[in-house]
Amino acid sequence: MKKTCNVDIRRLSRVEGHGNIRIKIKNGKLMEARWEVVETPRFFEAILKGKKWDNAPWITGRICGICSIGHTLTSIRAVENAFGIIPDEQTKKLRLILKHMETLQSHTLHLSFLVLPDFMKTGSVFPLIKSHEDVVLRAARIKKLANDICDCVGGRRMHPTRTVVGGFTMLPEKEELRGFGERLKKIVEDLMLVAELVRGFSLPDFVRETEFVSLKGDGDYPFIGGDLVSSDGVRMREEDYKKMTNEYMTEQSTSKWCRLSRESFAVGALARLNNNFEFLHPAAREVAGSFGLTPVNHNPFMNNIAQLVECVHVVKESTRLIDELLDSELKDSRQKVIARSGIGVAAVEVPIGILYHSYEFDDDGRIVKSDCVIPTGQNHANIQLDLEGIAKEYAARGKTDMELELLAAMLVRAYDPCISCSVH
Amino acid sequence: MDEREPGARTYLGVPLYRPKVAFFEFTSCEGCQLQVLNKEDTLLDFLSLVEVVNFREAMTEQSDDYEIAFVEGSITRDDDVKRLKKIRKNAKVLVALGSCACFGGVNQLKNRFKDLNFVKTEVYGRHPIDSGPVRTLEEIVKVDLKIYGCPVKKEEVEKIVLHIAIGKSIVFPKYPVCMECKRNENICLFELGEPCLGPVTRAGCDSWCPDNRAGCWGCRGPADDPNLDQMKKIMLEKGFSEETLLDRLECFGGFSSLMKKGNVNEKDL
Ligand code: SF4
Ligand code: SF4
Ligand code: SF4
Ligand SMILES: [Fe+2]
Repeated sequence: MKKTCNVDIRRLSRVEGHGNIRIKIKNGKLMEARWEVVETPRFFEAILKGKKWDNAPWITGRICGICSIGHTLTSIRAVENAFGIIPDEQTKKLRLILKHMETLQSHTLHLSFLVLPDFMKTGSVFPLIKSHEDVVLRAARIKKLANDICDCVGGRRMHPTRTVVGGFTMLPEKEELRGFGERLKKIVEDLMLVAELVRGFSLPDFVRETEFVSLKGDGDYPFIGGDLVSSDGVRMREEDYKKMTNEYMTEQSTSKWCRLSRESFAVGALARLNNNFEFLHPAAREVAGSFGLTPVNHNPFMNNIAQLVECVHVVKESTRLIDELLDSELKDSRQKVIARSGIGVAAVEVPIGILYHSYEFDDDGRIVKSDCVIPTGQNHANIQLDLEGIAKEYAARGKTDMELELLAAMLVRAYDPCISCSVH
Repeated sequence: MDEREPGARTYLGVPLYRPKVAFFEFTSCEGCQLQVLNKEDTLLDFLSLVEVVNFREAMTEQSDDYEIAFVEGSITRDDDVKRLKKIRKNAKVLVALGSCACFGGVNQLKNRFKDLNFVKTEVYGRHPIDSGPVRTLEEIVKVDLKIYGCPVKKEEVEKIVLHIAIGKSIVFPKYPVCMECKRNENICLFELGEPCLGPVTRAGCDSWCPDNRAGCWGCRGPADDPNLDQMKKIMLEKGFSEETLLDRLECFGGFSSLMKKGNVNEKDL
């Protein structure tokens, strides 16, 4: 049994952005466990200063290449909330489909391209193309469907073009929607095969009691707007997001950190699921059940499973939304935008967790102040505490450097961190 | 023989040379790299064309032995200058991937302020943070090839890689987005009451935004000999302000050599 360990990972791979992991164990005692974020900041909140409202969604979408649709929709909602614009049902449905498909593509990228290699004992998905072709092709098929729908509804899978304040510049054709509806029905089978594969892996059984923060559904599993909730019993309105996030600076990270009732909290698929389990589609709940995933689950590695469960949920929900749109008449409903002074706040569940944008406008609709609070920024403190916890647990048991390195990397990866996004 | 075995690919009967490629990112949204993984139809074909030896966002293995380096992002910190110089030393061909790398991208919008300390305190208060002005790759090392766009088009990346592999030279369109837009038979956005930078922006995106009834913001930078005076005249005639024009021209940094630097006094805000 080796009781002295040294883990030093610079620029952790298979995550978005730049973070380091350092663990030191001496004679079975944990000396240090650190999650460092070294990403260079881009200063989006300063960049927006003085810019007119129409710049906000276009520029802030560039905070993140993976969840650009999420940022764009959050930004749009914040501007609309400031100007008193209420989207109509058709716009809401189309935005939700877009949101769902970003979730499907991001979760699939994470699960099947970034996490899967850890369980298959490879360094990347590339060798799996040969050894497990069916697995890779299946994941590519799911991702492609999600991206194709985003191309159509949002105009582009990354940094969407059709999504604007007031609605959409262009609408999908019914024929296109009908085709996607068919493909979505078929893709469920693929998702079930992914679930079957994942059931064959054993996740580390690390548990640490955690506060989970997400939107609170009002009859539905929540994605765009609504009340904020924590598993410790805190409940707040969207516009009070600052009291829910409490950002502060730390010297080990260029990203701000957050806290609420405890030293840290977690956001993301597991948080959403823990706080809104009853609103999941029955088929999604069944998949959760097959993994023994019920609320409130405190194993951070289960976030991977929660993502899989959400994939089933968003596919089922999108099928329903498309059916509803096909039953109605698609009409150009883009609203005219009249700028006014005021503050607009938006909370949206993007794949990695809850995201907030807030803008203050002057009379001409120029941005006086802006603020973005990123899901991974909210997770950093929790990742740090999990890392300490897991290192302590394994320090006593004795692990090789390699084992601990893999475990620590897998822990951080489980959060699906979007690090450059968290620094923005 | 398996289609995807190294060296199995041929072009016009000639076995293709399969270059070792590496991907690196600096200050960016990592979207351009993601675009490379993001086109599922041709991903496997693309991977058969090259041998990926570095791609931190997707793989754990690393190597300093590569021929083509695709570099995404702009430069804001000294440690990044060092890292970029090392990449330059290792690579035969250094490709700037996307508008952040070519022009500074949206990141360079902070350069429009006279006082960069204002930018830092606006976001971090008095907490010290290491960050200088945004620079393009070319301001630090020699760049062999630039792929424009925010984001880049995967088709273009693939074509460029194929051309490198078969030793064919790469020509970018000199004409503006309007040419592609007209070929795609779009109604001009100006007719629909929307501003558009199509007349002065370099084509190659196949009028991505106008095809979706959204105006161009110039993410690929200027076409050859852009007539900015004419552009301004059109914008004003159609009832758009100079501010709208400026917002678009300065958004991605492609036009910055044609414009004034540090033009915003933060005290006026
Ligand atoms: S050019 Fe655009 S898409 Fe590419 S990395 Fe920069 S911000 Fe992201
Ligand atoms: S929409 Fe834009 S790109 Fe198309 S013709 Fe008009 S100005 Fe040119
Ligand atoms: S239309 Fe303009 S903004 Fe849109 S992708 Fe092409 S060059 Fe970029
Ligand atoms: Fe922020």
